[in-house]
Amino acid sequence: MSESKMSETMYAVSSSPHIHSKNSIQGAMKDVLIALMPALAASLYFFKLDALWIVLVSVLSAMAAEALWQKLTGQDITINDLSAAVTGLLLAFNLPVTVPLWLPVVGSFFAIIIVKQFFGGLGQNFMNPALAARAFLLASWPVQMTTWSVDWKASATSLALLKNGSGSLPKLWDLFIGNVGGCIGETSAIALLIGGAYLVYKKVISVRIPLSYIGTVFILTWIFGRGGFFMGKPLYEILSGGLMLGAIFMATDYSTSPITPKGQIIMGIGCGVITTVIRVYSGGYPEGVSYSILLMNLVVPLIDKHTVPKAFGEVK
Amino acid sequence: MKSLTFRHGVYPPHGKQYTENKPIERLKPKEILVFPMLQNAGATCEPLVKKGDKVLVGQKIGDSKKFISSPIHSSVSGVVKDVTPMLHPNGMKVMSVVIENDGAFEQGTTLLPHEKYDSLSREEIINIIHEAGIVGMGGAGFPTHVKLSPPADKKIDTIIINGAECEPYLTSDHRVMLEKTDRVVEGLKIILHLFPGAKGYIGIENNKPDAIEAMEKAVENEPNIEVKALKTKYPQGGERLLVYAITGKEVPSGGLPCDIGCIVQNIDTVVAIERAVIKGRPLMRRIVTVSGGAIKEPKNFNVRIGTSTRELIEAAGGFTKEPVKIISGGPMMGISLYTLDVPVVKGTSAILCLTEEEAKLEKERNCIRCGKCVEACPMNLLPCTLNSFVLRDDFESFEKYHGMDCIECGSCSFVCPSNRYLVQSFRTGKCTVLSNRKK
Repeated sequence: MSESKMSETMYAVSSSPHIHSKNSIQGAMKDVLIALMPALAASLYFFKLDALWIVLVSVLSAMAAEALWQKLTGQDITINDLSAAVTGLLLAFNLPVTVPLWLPVVGSFFAIIIVKQFFGGLGQNFMNPALAARAFLLASWPVQMTTWSVDWKASATSLALLKNGSGSLPKLWDLFIGNVGGCIGETSAIALLIGGAYLVYKKVISVRIPLSYIGTVFILTWIFGRGGFFMGKPLYEILSGGLMLGAIFMATDYSTSPITPKGQIIMGIGCGVITTVIRVYSGGYPEGVSYSILLMNLVVPLIDKHTVPKAFGEVK
Repeated sequence: MKSLTFRHGVYPPHGKQYTENKPIERLKPKEILVFPMLQNAGATCEPLVKKGDKVLVGQKIGDSKKFISSPIHSSVSGVVKDVTPMLHPNGMKVMSVVIENDGAFEQGTTLLPHEKYDSLSREEIINIIHEAGIVGMGGAGFPTHVKLSPPADKKIDTIIINGAECEPYLTSDHRVMLEKTDRVVEGLKIILHLFPGAKGYIGIENNKPDAIEAMEKAVENEPNIEVKALKTKYPQGGERLLVYAITGKEVPSGGLPCDIGCIVQNIDTVVAIERAVIKGRPLMRRIVTVSGGAIKEPKNFNVRIGTSTRELIEAAGGFTKEPVKIISGGPMMGISLYTLDVPVVKGTSAILCLTEEEAKLEKERNCIRCGKCVEACPMNLLPCTLNSFVLRDDFESFEKYHGMDCIECGSCSFVCPSNRYLVQSFRTGKCTVLSNRKK
């Protein structure tokens, strides 16, 4: 560069720090999508192409809903941060494979526009969008949302079987690999665990929420078992229903979980307690994962407020 | 040896490969040198010379009667060209003495040299350090004689020399430890002489094994001095975190290291103390790393204070690429300069010329509450929460959530995936709280 150029130039001035890590929102969301791929693969294996259509429709409509809303309200369109894609994928994972294709469209629009954008968009929503949408769909179209039968598969989920105490339970191994009835993305525990391990390895999430959540359900369903005191089937419980999906991918949602380490453990335990209560003691409802996470979402600000860590050098 | 450290922190890229093997080069200043009358934390100095005066090397050209202040000396001989406000690296205009260098480096009367300082009293040594204009050379510039005069009720038992050099790119302390090893030890011994019974530690990040080895060899026969290897993690050189790593004790919130019996000094400062006491030389030079992706030949320079930043960059071969940012200091805590026409001051540890690739200015996005800042903060604060307090002018909550304990190290902003201007908002928060207290 010439001498004269060097003297004319005015350089950028800003507050330190002047360098930045490679972390980005898009990077974190991409990792979540990657972590969900084993579960997606398992669902395609067990539910065939039907699952693929629902996933595609759900993801694309979530991204379309976000782009549409941002365009209408004159904001920058940020669908390339992939957060809407994650919401769409998680919503699809929470649907039975038999739902009509308009259902994920309605769910995605509800999740993105009502739950996320109405409250300020990314990071501002106080409830997990995919779970809130699932709750909305379940309340509005209960029949479609609980029809599990696929031609070759038992029509009742293992949780329903546990609840009714009748019929024969699937083998533990089938539960583990996902060869059972259930929502699209929730059945294969092994696939979800692989995804969770990836997220922990990439430091996208910490083990605090999943471990405390699953651990609490394990201990409580064993102690207060459906068959009586210390007569539960904790392994069945943690491998059944949406627990793995919920504990690893939904309860850890950044916007709707505590930021403090202690708070995250409280969140996990709280979800575990509510899930167990619903599963073991509620009248007709076999699964408690979505509602327990949604309920805990509501108390996250309170948890954060009461778990402020001790500052370095703080004198009490 | 086990490497000591603190909790949390971040791992920025080192960038030290550019200059860690480059021996320190002496840089001769050109015609014009600028001496801002503010080169220390505390009071601004009054100029002691006027336009047209002839000055000599080592002559005092600025001083203040205030306790927290430090005199300023000319680093060249020549004529005072002007006494006028000039641009300071901090971005403001500060009253400055402009000297036209005659190139003769004619020596003025300096302080008395003391090859043996054992007979000197504590007051005499503190006075030499004061008169020599020595300040903390890590960047903050706190007058060293004040730091070495803790209140009488504080019993000092630990002196820590900060050789962590945790800021990326910076290698000046590293080179000093290699090239002026004995002077570092001698300087530390002078400080230990002020605090009988105290133990001396030299803390060095383990990415400088040669410096650790050299220092260990130099203190072999010094029973009171120990070299401690530190984990390479930012901000390991932060005063409170260094004290914690070495002593396991936390400096209380709002307090100073002397509250728990510690005093921390920067490497270059210790060498300046040795120069002043043994040779009678005031602080007129410092070691500056000139580096960054835009610099042609990154180097470590021994620079006379007052030399223009532009001369340093020219001496390093100029630019190979257009830099987006020029930084005085390290990339994590340094100040960005909009022009090259500012002088090297006592606190200038580096001049970094960073390319767009290194220091891209990113747009701020919504906080996604990922909590990365919480896991990065060495003070164990909740940066994202503090940020929201400042943004809604809730300074009461900012204070309640320990915002005043922020050391502005930049770890939170560094890791934030949304590029939020966290540290910037905490500076605003701290300033507002302080000014509200004064009301």
